[in-house]
Amino acid sequence: MDAQIMTAPTPALAIETRVSAPADAPASGAPALIELKRFNFWYGEKQALFDIDLTVKERSVTAFIGPSGCGKSTLLRCLNRMNDLIDGVRVEGSLRVNGEDLYGPDIDVVDVRKRLGMVFQKSNPFPKSIFENVVYGLRIQGERNRTRLRDACEVALKGAALWDEVKDRLDDSALSLSGGQMQRLCIARALAVEPEVVLMDEPCSALDPIATAKIEELIFSLKDRFTIVIVTHNMQQAARVSEETGFFMLGKLVEFDKTDVIFTRPKQKMTEDYITGRFG
Amino acid sequence: MSSATPPLASARKAGLFRSGEPFIWITGSGLAAAVLMVAGLLWLILANGLGFFWPAEVSQYALSDGRTVAGPLAARERVPDPGATAGTPPRWRIKVKQGNRDVTGEDFVWIDESAIRSTTKPADVIAFERREWGAFYGWVKEVRDGGNVVASGRDASWKALGALLPKALDVYEEALTLEKDRIGAVNFEKDKLRLARKKLERKGVSSGPDVEALAAKESKLQAEYDRLLTELQAVRSRVTAVLVLETAGGQEKELPLVQVVRADRPNEMGWFTKAGRYAANVWAFVSEDPRESNTEGGVFPAIFGTVLMVLIMSIVVTPLGVLTAFYLREYAKQGPVVSAVRIAVNNLAGVPSIVYGVFGLGFFIYFLGGSIDRLFFSEALPTPTWGTGGILWASLTLSLLTVPVVIVSAEEGLAAIPRGMREASLALGATKFETMWRVVLPAVMPSILTGLILAMARAAGEVAPLMITGVVKLAPALPIDGFAPFMHLDRKFMHLGFHIYDVGFQSPNVDAARPMVFTTTILLIVLVVALNLTAIVIRGRLRKKLRSSGI
Ligand SMILES: Nc1ncnc2c1ncn2[C@@H]1O[C@H](COP(=O)(O)OP(=O)(O)OP(=O)(O)O)[C@@H](O)[C@H]1O
Ligand SMILES: [Mg+2]
Repeated sequence: MDAQIMTAPTPALAIETRVSAPADAPASGAPALIELKRFNFWYGEKQALFDIDLTVKERSVTAFIGPSGCGKSTLLRCLNRMNDLIDGVRVEGSLRVNGEDLYGPDIDVVDVRKRLGMVFQKSNPFPKSIFENVVYGLRIQGERNRTRLRDACEVALKGAALWDEVKDRLDDSALSLSGGQMQRLCIARALAVEPEVVLMDEPCSALDPIATAKIEELIFSLKDRFTIVIVTHNMQQAARVSEETGFFMLGKLVEFDKTDVIFTRPKQKMTEDYITGRFG
Repeated sequence: MSSATPPLASARKAGLFRSGEPFIWITGSGLAAAVLMVAGLLWLILANGLGFFWPAEVSQYALSDGRTVAGPLAARERVPDPGATAGTPPRWRIKVKQGNRDVTGEDFVWIDESAIRSTTKPADVIAFERREWGAFYGWVKEVRDGGNVVASGRDASWKALGALLPKALDVYEEALTLEKDRIGAVNFEKDKLRLARKKLERKGVSSGPDVEALAAKESKLQAEYDRLLTELQAVRSRVTAVLVLETAGGQEKELPLVQVVRADRPNEMGWFTKAGRYAANVWAFVSEDPRESNTEGGVFPAIFGTVLMVLIMSIVVTPLGVLTAFYLREYAKQGPVVSAVRIAVNNLAGVPSIVYGVFGLGFFIYFLGGSIDRLFFSEALPTPTWGTGGILWASLTLSLLTVPVVIVSAEEGLAAIPRGMREASLALGATKFETMWRVVLPAVMPSILTGLILAMARAAGEVAPLMITGVVKLAPALPIDGFAPFMHLDRKFMHLGFHIYDVGFQSPNVDAARPMVFTTTILLIVLVVALNLTAIVIRGRLRKKLRSSGI
């Protein structure tokens, strides 16, 4: 990862890669879906996030970048309240999704996690069949109808660009897949419950370039239907897939702007140093 | 284990130690010692036990004092002679199983080899297995039936015996079924009526339609009982033949044919006949009821009791252990209290098993069983129904004894499940319980089975706590039978481990019973291995399902 940081793309490269995406991304006009205002987060005594102000727009891809330990995963896990599982955590400030306070008193955490799906850095398929993995979320929601589950499974696997590779072996164990396939399976599993937002924490960090390219394509195609927030250490990746990028540093959001702005003419010196690899 | 060790200069001694070579040897010898011990134990048991079923040849010894003794050789040893001067050749003596306990008074006899004038193996000598008095070695002189002589002379009588015996065995079987099943059923009903009458009496009802109905039923049953008894007599009287036996010493003895279980001429038998007899003997051992205060016959009730007890124990211990482990690992707030509980649970395994027995006696039998009796079976009091040892109480006691093993294995399994797997489930909108039920429990199943395997092995081999919670030397009936409600878990039962102890140390005829100790031990080992293999196969399947190939 460090090597990638050091050889981060020059702004020129970043512009080049953006050509594939329309320059005037719908992000600019799209309504805000997730809004954070003066959001603070503590692990026990230790504060991990400081006064984050940030808006994620609907049906867009937002990337979080920053050096290791700066709080990207922490923020991502705050967005679907996965941090609740850790003892002694505390939040302050506001985090609204669709205008609703996510940490409000009458929020159903389980429902939040249904609406904001998550893909983890380390693929974590269940030791079940491919089919059962994909329909897990639906089964949890009480869906029993076999044909509906089959259909949903097909749609999700197609959405995750995995269908062609596994359509003949849906009943095989998910653990028999390759690493890249497993990660796409985890994406399919997250898509199957049709969340509003898909949160991805370094989904490609354990994958080879070809698998990475596949997943990037996938992310690109998904943004018509889903809002995506992705954490990445790979600057090219952030540049290629996202419309907006946030740069984090020591728990603070240093800069948040359109991706091409961040990568070509960042306002902060720190951002420029980081993305050009002159950092640290 | 390394094949090429470089030559070592003394200066490199430290190097030798650091290379780890001595360590490999130490660990290797540790393993070797363990393997040797297990192999030696198994060899001892197998060598002593397996020969028991092989039809032994009968030798006839003519002694210098004029006596004649016949029987299979049981042992040979040096005569202990502390006063002997160096150089004198050692003297030997042999132990012969002469049987015929009713005639000679002793099953075994020691003979000094120097006192033997001649040894022969008469081809026509017969080895009897009898329903009473143990084995008999000798000849049939005459076969009589109802006062008439059917056959006389050794060979003619042997032929007649061959023709009569199968029929006699059939009749015995028929009488036994009649006695056990049909008369048993009537007795069962009679007992129920007796309790019903007692219940009425306690309520103060001494007349009226209820009492009359009861009396009518009772007299009907009694008539049925009498009828069956006559039928039984009729069946039994179909075999009237009597054998006149002759021992090697020349004594005579009359033996009703019904008393004969098996009769062989072992000296005449070929290898294949012997092998066939061996198989039949093994089968009889595992399928028949014991005879002669357990020193003869089979051990079927003990096998049945052991298996049933282990199964009941498994059914109780698995959920108990797994639920505890789930609470400790998944719900309880980790801290000093939980750590203390965990340590306590682990150390429970070190409490002497008899202590569990005492607890079982006090809590399950006296407290629980006693309360049940007072509440629901008061008509039978003062005879306890549940307030006395029984297979359920014994199984529950053993599940307390083995629950730490299951808890520890399940907890280790839970700890080994990657966090990512739980998070994946939670992130898909599953509650903690759904995650537990659908993801964690299936993944932890192999560990649970490991715990269960260890628990079963321990339970099957445990004897001490059973002795005060329900095991008996001879149980009148199996805990499962054809009478409603079919499962009688209040009944006392027999157990292989206790059987070994009983036969080996409590038997009136220890010498004759000794082989049974070994054969029963073999059976117990086979049983434990079989139960374990079943669980291991299931676990293997689960593991394969959970972990197939992967990356
Ligand atoms: N469970 C936890 N308890 C206490 N502190 C934590 C916990 N998880 C993370 N932290 C701390 O919070 C800070 C932010 O961690 P986080 O995992 O969000 O970093 P990150 O930006 O995702 O880093 P990386 O790029 O290496 O994944 C770090 O200093 C880390 O040590
Ligand atoms: Mg992280």
